[in-house]
Amino acid sequence: MNVDLTTIWAFIIAFSVFAYVVMDGFDLGIGILFPWLTVGHGRNRAMNSIAPVWDGNETWLVMGGGGLLAAFPLAYAVILPATYPLIIAMLLGLIFRGVAFEFRHRDERHRAFWDFSFFGGSLVAALAQGMTLGAILQGIKVADRVYAGSWWDWLTPYTLLTGLGVVAGYALLGACWMIWKLEGDIQDKAYRLAFRAGIATLALLAAVSFYNLTLRPDYQERWLAMPNILFTSQVPLLSAIMAGFFFYGLKKRWELAPLLLTLALFLLGMAGLGVTIWPYVVPDTLTIWDAAAPESSQIFMLVGVVIILPLILAYTGWSYWVFRGKVGSEGYH
Amino acid sequence: MFDNADALLLARLQFAFTVSFHFLFPAFTIGLASYLAVLEAMWLKTGKALYLDLFRYWVKIFAVNFAMGVVSGIVLSYQFGTNWAVFSDKAGPVVGPLLAYEVLTAFFLEAGFLGVMLFGMNKVGRGLHFTATLMVALGTLLSSFWILAANSWMQTPQGHSIGANGQFIPANWLEIIFNPSFPWRLMHTVTGAYLTTALVVGGVGGWHLLRGNGTPQVRKMFSMAMWMAALVAPVQVFLGDQHGLNTLEHQPVKIMAIEGHYESHPDGAPLYLFGIPNDSEQRLDHALAIPKVGSLILKHDPNAPMAGLDTVPDAEQPPVAIVFWSFRIMVGLGLLMFTLGLASLWARWRGTLYDWRGLHRFALAMTPAGFVAVIAGWVTTEVGRQPYLVYGLLRTADSASPLAAPAVGASLVAFVVVYFAVFGVGIWYMMRLMHKPPEPGEPDPERTEREPIRTAGIMPGPAQHPGSTEGAP
Repeated sequence: MNVDLTTIWAFIIAFSVFAYVVMDGFDLGIGILFPWLTVGHGRNRAMNSIAPVWDGNETWLVMGGGGLLAAFPLAYAVILPATYPLIIAMLLGLIFRGVAFEFRHRDERHRAFWDFSFFGGSLVAALAQGMTLGAILQGIKVADRVYAGSWWDWLTPYTLLTGLGVVAGYALLGACWMIWKLEGDIQDKAYRLAFRAGIATLALLAAVSFYNLTLRPDYQERWLAMPNILFTSQVPLLSAIMAGFFFYGLKKRWELAPLLLTLALFLLGMAGLGVTIWPYVVPDTLTIWDAAAPESSQIFMLVGVVIILPLILAYTGWSYWVFRGKVGSEGYH
Repeated sequence: MFDNADALLLARLQFAFTVSFHFLFPAFTIGLASYLAVLEAMWLKTGKALYLDLFRYWVKIFAVNFAMGVVSGIVLSYQFGTNWAVFSDKAGPVVGPLLAYEVLTAFFLEAGFLGVMLFGMNKVGRGLHFTATLMVALGTLLSSFWILAANSWMQTPQGHSIGANGQFIPANWLEIIFNPSFPWRLMHTVTGAYLTTALVVGGVGGWHLLRGNGTPQVRKMFSMAMWMAALVAPVQVFLGDQHGLNTLEHQPVKIMAIEGHYESHPDGAPLYLFGIPNDSEQRLDHALAIPKVGSLILKHDPNAPMAGLDTVPDAEQPPVAIVFWSFRIMVGLGLLMFTLGLASLWARWRGTLYDWRGLHRFALAMTPAGFVAVIAGWVTTEVGRQPYLVYGLLRTADSASPLAAPAVGASLVAFVVVYFAVFGVGIWYMMRLMHKPPEPGEPDPERTEREPIRTAGIMPGPAQHPGSTEGAP
């Protein structure tokens, strides 16, 4: 693997996607878990714990999309038409959940409706993101630099499975976030939700992994052939260890560790994704070098990323720091 | 049932709808963020609680508006790909990095500091909170810088070459960013956003004055808004004129459509005040003209010759009627804003700023004028560069994704329904907030509207508590 600009850009995009998945993951997850939280008190506190940061979290999605357009325009131009209905559904879902943050405080009488829109929008967005991931992994037809498949290629049992996997994973992140940021009865509930979401996530992760091996012959080879397997087998092994610690931590009522272990699981998932498709962006069809923008675009943006990204991470970290600690409610302290 | 032309038309309608709807929110956000920064600065400088009251009053409205701007903006960053895949592939190397810089320098800045601006008054010191407000305001301005650089490059492209695969290859980024139409478009648009905000603030002030709520807070915001209208509207007239001259130089066909000049005028062109553009006959019906004034405005010489659309092949012409009318709506509203500013100066001089009900009614009626003018201006410039997406180089018709009309149509319907329903409700919530006058001791949004956010971390002591409205700093 020679490290060139295109490789660097692939890692920057992967980093943005990962940052998005874990950061918006926990706040989408809280939306997905909303129906299980008590109306009023419980939901308000869960919402308060993410209100100051959700907007920044969602910005990583724009970074992922904008970055893909900038660094790999051809991939952007192929993947989005191929997943058109999913993308539209995700965007509409994000609208419903995004406005709910403000609207549910503005209108007491319709709070039930905006609570539902927060749940439904989060669920649809998570499902659509997971299915988009599946649609990319299962392959996209391309001819003459444009998408050449049909409207429903993205809808298969495999993509449904990846969609559900992401929903469960986000719910797990959301539950772990609530364990960390909340206390009292809602934290107790978050422990129970984390347990169930953890089981669902691991089951779906395993199902997707096995399905993956049958999906395309080259995937099997990448994962199972010698000597690859010596390295690739570390991914499920480490995942199993993390999962063990995770459930032990829940039992011991650790507060921060479940979130960190879940992040580690997601990181391993990302590594698995890398094993599966690297160096392709569209399996077997477009490599990152096929899809890459010209060097003049890559250099121009790299300057910005190198200078600005550390600043972004610094002030984002500061903003999380300002709102650190347990989120309670009046009378709790 | 559908063919490609339908899909293309639907895709264009969809983009026009989502981008226009989105534009309403940042048009207000840009101005309001700066206004909030001014209010907070005045509060810190003078210690007058009145400014804090106004800050808290408008920051609630800002939060609702900002949320809608964010979610409607995310849509756009993905629509380039869903509907305009060929454009994304070809122009992505130029437009993509400009958008990436917008995300890096603006969106993260706004989002990173918004939480502290909205919810952090009791968690950080005054200086840091003011910094957060300033960063949000700066973010909105940086955002307009990059997005208008991208848009302007599409209007007046330069600084690139065209690669073997048909992609635009950036050659000189300074030329790309500072392309000929960019400086005027940026100034004209940001000034438009400031005026839009001033008119909303002034309209809300006028409304409360009319209802007899002439509290010091209401008077202050009405007065500030009228100063803005009086000072900025003339500036905007000047910027608009310069932007027009710039367009004449780089996109003369757009000016022909704006002016309704189907025919060439070798001895000085008239200014058509009104008329009915007739594209099929290539003439302006029922025209109301002032001779020679068109050349006088555009060339500063009444006898200067001006070419008309008769010199342009039909396939290279934009739809004249839309451009002709949207331009007149924008200019008409701009002149009304100018008049409002003058009227307020007159009232101020006579000492009747808070008593002249006619002025208050005028200000109230002008509340939506900025939004309408901004959209009309946008339509003028975007429709006026048709049939090209990248002017002279890439046609709109050649830019679309391989689309099926039913899918584009269905998503268009979904966008229209959701936008009107969701954003309609949001706008109604904002109007409800505006319906209530700002009051002394305007509550901190964090403490009344929500269950308070409390942390177990280090709590600021009461002495630094900036939430109190009585205490001067």
